[in-house]
Amino acid sequence: MPSTIQVEIKRQATPNGPCTTETFEVPYRPGMNITSLLGEIALNPVDVAGKPTSPVTYDSNCLEEICGSCAMLINGKARMACSALVDKLQAERPGQPITLAPLSKFPVVRDLAVDRSVLFENLKKVKAWVPIDGTYDLGAGPKQAPQIQEQRYPLSNCISCCCCMEVCPQFNDVTNFVGAAPIAQAKLFNMDPSGAVLKEERLRALAGDGGIQECGFAQNCVQACPKELPLTEAISDMGRDVFIQQVKDFFTS
Amino acid sequence: MAATPRIIVVGGGLAGLSSVIKIAEAGGKVDLFSIVPVKRSHSVCAQGGINAAKNLKGEGDDVLKHFDDTVYGGDFLANQTPVKNMTAQGPAIIDLLDRMGVPFNRTPEGLLDFRRFGGTLYHRTAFAGATTGQQLLYALDEQVRRFESEGKVTKYEGWEFLSAVLDSNGVCRGICAMDLRTMETRTFPADAIIICTGGNGAIFGKSTNSVVCTGSAQSALYQQGAYYANGEFIQVHPTAIPGEDKLRLMSESARGEGGRVWVPKDKNDKRAAQSIPEGDRWYFLEEWYPKYGNLVPRDVATRAIFKVVYEYGMGIDGQPMVYLDVSHLPPERQHKLEGILEIYEKFVGDDPRKVPMKIFPGMHYTMGGLWVDFNQQTNIPGVFAAGEADYSIHGANRLGANSLLSCIYGGFVAGPQAMAYAKSLPAQPGDGGHAAELMRQNEFNNLLLSNQGNENPFRIWRELGETMTKHATIIRYNAGLDEADAKIVELLHRYRSVNLSDRSQWANTSFAFTRQLYNMLQLARTIVQGARLRDESRGAHYKPDFPERNDERFLKTTKAAYDANNDAPRIEWEEVDIQHIKPRPRRYDATA
Repeated sequence: MPSTIQVEIKRQATPNGPCTTETFEVPYRPGMNITSLLGEIALNPVDVAGKPTSPVTYDSNCLEEICGSCAMLINGKARMACSALVDKLQAERPGQPITLAPLSKFPVVRDLAVDRSVLFENLKKVKAWVPIDGTYDLGAGPKQAPQIQEQRYPLSNCISCCCCMEVCPQFNDVTNFVGAAPIAQAKLFNMDPSGAVLKEERLRALAGDGGIQECGFAQNCVQACPKELPLTEAISDMGRDVFIQQVKDFFTS
Repeated sequence: MAATPRIIVVGGGLAGLSSVIKIAEAGGKVDLFSIVPVKRSHSVCAQGGINAAKNLKGEGDDVLKHFDDTVYGGDFLANQTPVKNMTAQGPAIIDLLDRMGVPFNRTPEGLLDFRRFGGTLYHRTAFAGATTGQQLLYALDEQVRRFESEGKVTKYEGWEFLSAVLDSNGVCRGICAMDLRTMETRTFPADAIIICTGGNGAIFGKSTNSVVCTGSAQSALYQQGAYYANGEFIQVHPTAIPGEDKLRLMSESARGEGGRVWVPKDKNDKRAAQSIPEGDRWYFLEEWYPKYGNLVPRDVATRAIFKVVYEYGMGIDGQPMVYLDVSHLPPERQHKLEGILEIYEKFVGDDPRKVPMKIFPGMHYTMGGLWVDFNQQTNIPGVFAAGEADYSIHGANRLGANSLLSCIYGGFVAGPQAMAYAKSLPAQPGDGGHAAELMRQNEFNNLLLSNQGNENPFRIWRELGETMTKHATIIRYNAGLDEADAKIVELLHRYRSVNLSDRSQWANTSFAFTRQLYNMLQLARTIVQGARLRDESRGAHYKPDFPERNDERFLKTTKAAYDANNDAPRIEWEEVDIQHIKPRPRRYDATA
């Protein structure tokens, strides 16, 4: 291993400002990940030519791939910076610098930080919650077979990183596709014994423009998901349910 | 007072979201402030589970046993009344979470499953795989999103709390906060505020905490006159993966499901772990603590590992590491730990299903926090606190899986109490102190932005973390604590020469960090000085020079008040509520 790592970072000071690329050389340590590399730059914000610059702005929090903050394009691929280990990245492209860029489908806030609030808005659209009566003590919840829990739990592991939306060819301004993550959440709550009371509303929210029909079955989402959610399965299950709901609505309206 | 109380909640983890839900449900208006989108709060990192004495395993567990385990586990330093209330509400809180759709693991009959955790002999921990905090946070986040869509909650995500707005009588009338994108600083009015800003791991440099856990909000309030209590009680978790940027938690649930901690009996044993036969392994926790085995409380396990590594020199390959082994567990048990086993595999590269994990203790949690009364109110009228940010419940050591419960309990008390307080609040004098507070914060900002020095804030932070980890974690000596305090004073002095390499006014994260750093330095002194004065050993606070608990002198809450004239903490003591359970010696090595 070389004693230093070269990293090229796409930078943008403001949402509408020009982009530049800065190259840094950072001392290598075994076990380094991209967030520790960005921390090194903050300690000594000087580029490879010795020009002083500013620390790089990026989102991060838990650093253990559970909060979903630090998604970015690393060597061109959407993934989490905390779990992207430098050794593995160097093996991907030996002898070349590591490249970092912001996710491309979301408005840049600054440098590697982007605005992903669209996902949280989409979660409102699909009513991704159980409409409980209240928080007072109403006794135990409904019994649930372990098999159901086994199906719900993986969907509930979605960390809202938006990698699935970034890699989706249909997720763009033309289709307004809601993306795989909210569809998977709709399925999660439709499977819940109490959450199912909003099932029809969720299915209707996923019908029509920007809904589930926009999915082009590229299957990029399931490959990009860092938490390995069964996204394509969720989309196909929900697609079927949406269709049945539309037929029902057609004959009852 | 206004017909509809307006409450500000700061922090969107479990405690904050719990209080928001209670307020919205009771018809109050809530403004929820969080540095990160609330779904990304640090509660998401909790792994193993949440305790409640549901007694679904036929063991005869009950809420009073949970109460006793918690008080005993905390070495009798916690005020007992809130602990009693919390443990009594535990079963109802679990039921509620279940109704919210948390995918708790189930028994074959479809009931909630429970696992064992440290410091108890009962199966008392409900869990969702090994990502329980994530699942609980999401459930509450979803309920808050529902209230948000109904217009009952307004979220201010990407805003950082800077200070409370206090009127001329010292009563809280709102907060001052900074937009982390536009860097705009402004004040927001409120009848009461609830501080749910979590832990302070960043003070120790590397910890299991998330980046936002700086303790900055607690420290700002301490500097405004709030008591900071029991700061010296810092939990070092026995099993973390040492890392370059942080220490990653390996949940106690690994041991709850049957994981075992060991080192080779021969310190020169060079064999691969899995090829070392049973007879050549030293399961030191099981040997020293036959009754609790690997599930002794965290402070006990941490000191044992420390002893094995540093006193006996028996760390793996002479390194500060021991084995945490789940490779012998059947696949269905390993499956329940999937979330944490994946973390190990991703960050270390070895498969813990086949190879024992290498772990070492790491700073994890603060039992100390803002002083609150039994209604979760601090000594500043109108400022409430809940969750890890407050000091109640856990005493000198927190039991595993009690933190999620204490967060939700604290939020459930603080929310309604803040509402009740707000309803009887008289009108504010003048502007309630808003203009003056805004000016104070803007002056600080301008000072920082125009400062011409040569100190890098990240360098100061690194030195703070190193000194705190060295002197104020597992083993404490008075000489070392004095050294640490002097070092922090030096760092505070150097802070005055801090130079921001980025002076821009858009999404300037290093500027926000530098503001937090000042508060970290101030709060660090309460930790160090509280530890310095407590000449005894109790729970997580261990001084080899004073190895015994001393109830006569120190069965007392440490209360640090900020002395502005000396720019230093002033320590006071308060009696502990021990009306329910008489303090007794805490001995996990007993076999009876």
